[in-house]
Amino acid sequence: MPTFANLGTTWFALIGLLWAGYLFLEGFDFGVSVMRPLVSRDETDTRLCLNVIGPVWDGNEVWVLTAGGATFAAFPLWYARLFNGFYLALFLALVFLIARGVSFEFRGKVAAPAWRRTWDGANFLGSLVAAVVWGVAFTDLAHGLPLGPGGRYQGGLPGLLHPVAVLGGVATLALVSLHGLVFLSLKTTGDLAERARRLSLPVGVAAAALLAGVVAWVATAGRPAVGGQLPGAVPLGLGAAGVAAVATAAVLARSGRDKAAFGATGLAVLAAMGAVWSRMFPAVFPASNRATNGLTIAAAASQHNTLVVMTVVAACFVPFVLAYQGWTYWVFRQRLSRPPAAAPGPSTGARP
Amino acid sequence: MQILLARWEFAVVTVFHFFFVPLTIGLGFLVALMQTLAYRKQDAGWERLTRFYGRLFLINIAVGVVTGITLEFQFGLNWSAYSIFVGNIFGAPLAIEALLAFFMESTFIGLWIFGRSKLSPRLHLATIWLVSLGTMLSALFILAANAWMQHPVGYKVAGGQAVLTDFWAVLANPLLWGSFAHTIFAALATAGLLVLGTSAWRAHQAGASAEDRGAFWRSSRLAAAFSLVSTLLVAVSGDLQARLMDVYQPMKMAAAEALYRTAKGASFSLLTIGDLSQKPIFQVRVPHLLSLLADLSWSGTVQGIDNLQAADVARYGKGSYVPVVPLTYWSFRVMVGAGILMLVVAAWGTWAARRQGQGRLGGASQRWFARAALWAMALPLVANTFGWIFTEAGRQPWAVWGLMLTAKGPSSLTLADVALTLAGFVAVYTALGVVDAWLMVRYARQPLSGDGQQEAGEVAGLVY
Repeated sequence: MPTFANLGTTWFALIGLLWAGYLFLEGFDFGVSVMRPLVSRDETDTRLCLNVIGPVWDGNEVWVLTAGGATFAAFPLWYARLFNGFYLALFLALVFLIARGVSFEFRGKVAAPAWRRTWDGANFLGSLVAAVVWGVAFTDLAHGLPLGPGGRYQGGLPGLLHPVAVLGGVATLALVSLHGLVFLSLKTTGDLAERARRLSLPVGVAAAALLAGVVAWVATAGRPAVGGQLPGAVPLGLGAAGVAAVATAAVLARSGRDKAAFGATGLAVLAAMGAVWSRMFPAVFPASNRATNGLTIAAAASQHNTLVVMTVVAACFVPFVLAYQGWTYWVFRQRLSRPPAAAPGPSTGARP
Repeated sequence: MQILLARWEFAVVTVFHFFFVPLTIGLGFLVALMQTLAYRKQDAGWERLTRFYGRLFLINIAVGVVTGITLEFQFGLNWSAYSIFVGNIFGAPLAIEALLAFFMESTFIGLWIFGRSKLSPRLHLATIWLVSLGTMLSALFILAANAWMQHPVGYKVAGGQAVLTDFWAVLANPLLWGSFAHTIFAALATAGLLVLGTSAWRAHQAGASAEDRGAFWRSSRLAAAFSLVSTLLVAVSGDLQARLMDVYQPMKMAAAEALYRTAKGASFSLLTIGDLSQKPIFQVRVPHLLSLLADLSWSGTVQGIDNLQAADVARYGKGSYVPVVPLTYWSFRVMVGAGILMLVVAAWGTWAARRQGQGRLGGASQRWFARAALWAMALPLVANTFGWIFTEAGRQPWAVWGLMLTAKGPSSLTLADVALTLAGFVAVYTALGVVDAWLMVRYARQPLSGDGQQEAGEVAGLVY
C-alpha cells in the first residue's frame, strides 16, 4: 500500500521534528542550567538565570512527552524495542529530569542557603545528565548498535557507552551549553549577558570540535547497507552544516550579535538531528551487525487507520500549539535586568 | 519474579503520581474559581485566597508533572510486549493527551506564574482556566486508554497486534465516560476537602488576624458546598460505574464482593472477618443491596466467581481468571467507606459554614469541626488510591480484558534491571513525597495578608 508507506515515512519525519523541537527548546533550558555556575556571581544572577527559562521550560519539556507518545502510537514496535533496549539509560534520564523539574518550583520556596544549594545542584546535574543521555542515545542510533533479530538490543547500558556514543554525549552537552549561553545573552542585560557572551567563544569552539569528531567518526563507521538508504553524503552534509553553524554561532555570540547567534545554534541543533534521522532512514532502529536485524519504518509502523487518525489530529491541533507556545515567547520577549536594588555597585559593560 | 517487580513498579509510580493528579485537577479548578470571584468582584480577599491556594497548587503540580513523565515511558520500559500488542490503539490517546492537554497545561501554567504583571487581568484569568481545561482533557485521554484496557472496543486482532478499526468507538467507550465522570468529580472533591480542611483550620487558629479569619471562612463556605456537590456526584457516577461493571466486567463485580456463588437478590457485605472464600467468622450483610447496585432490581441475578471462572475457562482455555479477591474486596470497601466519610464531613462543613454566617456557630462546634476537617483532607487521598487499586487489580489477570494477559506483557529484562529501577523510583519518590508534604504544610501556615511569592530574599520582578 503506497499511502501506508508514505504515512509511515511522514510520521518518521514528524517524530524527528518533535525530537529536534525538543532539543532546540529544552536544549537552551539545559544549557542555561549547566552554564549557570560559570556565569552567575551571586544569588541575583542565579535567579536571573532561572527566571529566563522559568516561564517556558515546562512547555518545552512537553515536546519530549509528545515525541514519546507519537512514537508509541505510530511505531509501537520501535517504542517497545527502543525503550526496552535503552532501559537503564532512560531510567537515568527520567530520574534526573524529575530532580531538575521540581528544582524550579522548590528552590525559591525556602530561603535557607543549604536548601537553595541543594536544588541548584539538582537543577544543574539534572540538566547535565539528561543532555548527555540524549546525546549518547542519538549517537548510538546514528552509529548503529548490534541488534538481535527483530530489532532486539540486549547490550545493556555498557553496550550503549561505545566511545563514539560517549563522545556524542559530551558533544551534545557542549552544544546545548553554547545554545544556553547564547539564549542567556539574548535574554539578559549587563554583566551577566556579557559573561555569557565571553564564555560562548571557548564553549563554542569546544562544541564545534567535538561535534566534528562525532560526525567524522560516525561517517567513517561502516554499517551494512539497507535498501532505500539515503546516500551517506546527506547525513554527512547535515552534520558538517551543524559544525559550521556552531562555529559561526560562537563568533557571532562573542561579537554581541545575540539574535543571529541564537539562530545559528538553533540551526545547529536542527542540522544535527537531521543528520541522525537521515542516517537512520529507512530504518528506525538500525543494526550495525546485520542489516536485516534492524527495524525499518515499514516493519515498525502502526496500521493505516491509526496513522490517519494521528495525522488528522496533528494537522488540526499542532498549529494551535505552535501559536500559543510562540505567543508565550512574545509575552516574555523583554530582556531580564538586574533589579536596581540588587546591583552590586556600578555596572560595567552594560549593553543596550 | 521479574513480572512481579515490574507490576510493583507500575503500581508504585502510578499510585504515587495519582496522589497529585486529583489535587492538580481539582485545585486548578478551585483556584480558577477563586480568581474569577476576585476578578468579578474586584475583591482583595479572594485575590489573596487565590494566591494562597495558588501556591499550594503549584507545589503539587510540580510533583504531578515530573512523575507523569515516568508514566509516558513506563509502558515501553517494563511492558514492551504489551506496548507492541496495543500500541496501534493505546498509543494514540497517549500522543493526543500530550498534544492537546500537556502542552496546554504546561504552557499556560508558565504564563499564569510569570504573567501576572505582563498580561491584562482578564487574560491572566483566562490562563488559569486554560490550565484547568488542560488537566481535564488530560484525564479524558488517559482514561480513554485505560477504558480500552478494561473493555476493548473498535479493534480487530491482526498479525499479533490489536489494530484500530474505529477510533470513535474508542472514544465512545461507555466505560470511559463512567470513569471520566467519577475521576473528575473525585478530583474536585479532593481539592474541595483540601481547601475546606485548610480554611477551617486557619479560620479557627488562635492568633490569626480578623481579616484572615474572615477570608478563610469565605473559602470554607465555598469549599464546603463545592465538596458536598462533588462528593454526591462521585457517588452517583460510582453507582453508574457499578452497573457498567456488572455488564462488561462481571468478574470484577463478583471479586469486589467476594461473591463466589451466583445469587438472586444478592446481599451486599459490609465487612468480613475471616477467610473471604470459605466460612467467614463474622460478616455484616445488607440484604438485596448488591442486586440493586448491579442492575437496579430487588431480586436481580449477580453472577458468582465460580460460574464466571468456569465460563472463562470454556472461552479462553485453562487458567485462573479470578483477581486477588481479598485485595479487590477490601480496596472497594476502603474506597466506599472513605467516600461516605467525605460526604459526612462535607455536609458538616456546609452546616458549620451556614451557622457561622448567621453568627450562631459556637466555639466548641468550631473547634471540633476544624479538627475533623483537617484530618478529613486525607480521606480523598485514601479513596482515590484504593479506587484505582480496585479498578486495576480487579482487571487482573488481564492487561487487556479478554485479549491479553498481564503475564504476556513484560519487556525482556533481567531481574536486576527491574529491581534497580524499582528501588530507584521508590527512593526518589519517597524523597519527593516528604519534601512536597513538608512544603505544603509550611505554605499552608503562611499568613494570608502577605503577598509573598517567596518567603525571603525577595527580588523585585523575579518569580523563581
